[in-house]
Amino acid sequence: MNELIYFFNYVVVAGSVTGCIYAMGAVGVTLIYSILRFAHFAHADMMTLGAFVVLLLTMLFPHAGDALGLPTAIVMLPIGMVFTSLVAVGIDRAFYQPLRTHKVKPIVMVIASLGVTLMLQGLIRLFAGTGAQSLYVDARKEIFRLEVPGITRPIILTEPQVILFVVTIAAVVGLHLFLTRSRLGKAMRAMSDNPDLARASGINTRLIITLTWVIAGSLATLAGTLLSLDVAFKPDLSFFLLLPIFAAAIVGGVGHPFGAIAGGFLVGFAETLAVFNWSVLLRPIRDSLPDWLALPANLALVGTEYKIVVPFFILIAVLIWRPTGIFKGKVI
Amino acid sequence: MPLLEAIDVHGGYGGMNILNGVDMAIEAEEIGVIVGPNGAGKSTMLKAIFGLLSVTDGDIRLRGEPIANLSPHKLVERGMGFVPQEKNIFPSLSVEENLEMGAFLKPASASRLKQQIYEFFPPLKEKRRQPAGELSGGQRQMVAMGRALMNEPSVLLLDEPTAGLSPRYMNEIFERVKAIAATGVGVLMVEQNAKQALRIAHKGFVLAAGQNRFTDSGEALLNDPQVARSFLGG
Ligand SMILES: Nc1ncnc2c1ncn2[C@@H]1O[C@H](COP(=O)(O)OP(=O)(O)O)[C@@H](O)[C@H]1O
Ligand SMILES: [Mg+2]
Repeated sequence: MNELIYFFNYVVVAGSVTGCIYAMGAVGVTLIYSILRFAHFAHADMMTLGAFVVLLLTMLFPHAGDALGLPTAIVMLPIGMVFTSLVAVGIDRAFYQPLRTHKVKPIVMVIASLGVTLMLQGLIRLFAGTGAQSLYVDARKEIFRLEVPGITRPIILTEPQVILFVVTIAAVVGLHLFLTRSRLGKAMRAMSDNPDLARASGINTRLIITLTWVIAGSLATLAGTLLSLDVAFKPDLSFFLLLPIFAAAIVGGVGHPFGAIAGGFLVGFAETLAVFNWSVLLRPIRDSLPDWLALPANLALVGTEYKIVVPFFILIAVLIWRPTGIFKGKVI
Repeated sequence: MPLLEAIDVHGGYGGMNILNGVDMAIEAEEIGVIVGPNGAGKSTMLKAIFGLLSVTDGDIRLRGEPIANLSPHKLVERGMGFVPQEKNIFPSLSVEENLEMGAFLKPASASRLKQQIYEFFPPLKEKRRQPAGELSGGQRQMVAMGRALMNEPSVLLLDEPTAGLSPRYMNEIFERVKAIAATGVGVLMVEQNAKQALRIAHKGFVLAAGQNRFTDSGEALLNDPQVARSFLGG
């Protein structure tokens, strides 16, 4: 039974954590693609930026969360979301909008977003240095150990993980209600379907674009911060996020927010299962194995340091066999 | 003063001009029908009126006020509705949501207007929760017209509303167009089914090579042997 708990901790929990992070990133990528029709490569850097802003705020006011009994970073999260959204809208106005007015090809927008990537990375490194920093400034991460009766190993969840699950569920429900119930959310879907007709219907497409950046920027901040809170803030976070979130968005079918969420979890779990040490699960039957089949100490498909190849292969496979993704999205 | 008036309109897509001096005028409660060979510039004329391409010369007026080169958004605010020839629905949105989008600028009256549209196009009511992209051609055209009507336009521009429809649906759509005009709307419609369309037209405009070839009442055009020979297939 210990093995099952081990599996739960290292696959179910870890996969869900990764899945939530990728899902929130991928939703942003997919929304931006549906509304602006280009692959926004700077999106992972927006996640880093959001986390970095929250880190700065947390360092400035390390005890802001004490009164509420929450990590300070969580209290600073809304401010970080607002700030990152404003930066996202600002970047759009400064770099992408002029290109849109010139009706450039999507590839030009993609290259512009690569430029924005380099810019954001440079800025973040300039201020954050290159080392990892904990988002728990002057505080300790709480770890919950849930005892399962009759089993020695506990289920382990950290405080940021619990918050991440709650926030992700809230974000998904909120996004669903927004897109299906609110006038602006429906207009956003309409613009994704047919931008010309949206304009011909009197929909304020500029407002929809702004709103798209606000949603994408907020989700990016949530994901980036909660990931950093659980592990640590690293200025090169985006390097490890870019490929998975694009893989997730494409697997889910670009243009489908809920496909992106499914894609996020798919990529997250695939990654986790690939680095999981299956040897542990086989330990109970170790003694009954024949001699020539000795159980190696580590029986993982890929080493942790190579887990980035997982989304890479998923991406390649999807592009070859089902380029429209699970939910028949657009082809980037 | 005509409700909608175009005077010597020139314009096109960037470089070459497609419209070389088009004149049109319709009053409220009137149906104006634009006919002419393929590539004559009929769709281009509607797009020019709706601000989708630049008018380089001439004038377009709505109730006497110049509106040439205003953005579609401004024109929708001023009560103009446009149903393009193709891609005139939001396929993944439900029928109901398509209609709601038409009333984007009038959210307060959306539910009242929606009921009116359902009375006007009864088949849409049953299908209101279905994605519009799954409907039949005729029903999609109803969604497209319904969407434009949701803004309570005073001028409605329709680009080939009966293209590809069975005769039954074609007559149905023409009946609806007559009913729309009867409520006080000025309708300007491009049609390939020229004879049938001219029968319901108060005014007809025969366009060729970006210019008016004939302009008269629908009936007069139908009875003009020259028009019949060159443009209505005998
Ligand atoms: N988006 C466009 N860009 C450039 N030329 C166009 C465009 N749309 C139509 N044209 C050209 O304008 C001319 C008139 O087209 P159109 O107005 O669509 O004709 P129709 O009378 O059949 O509706 C055609 O020669 C067509 O090739
Ligand atoms: Mg046409």
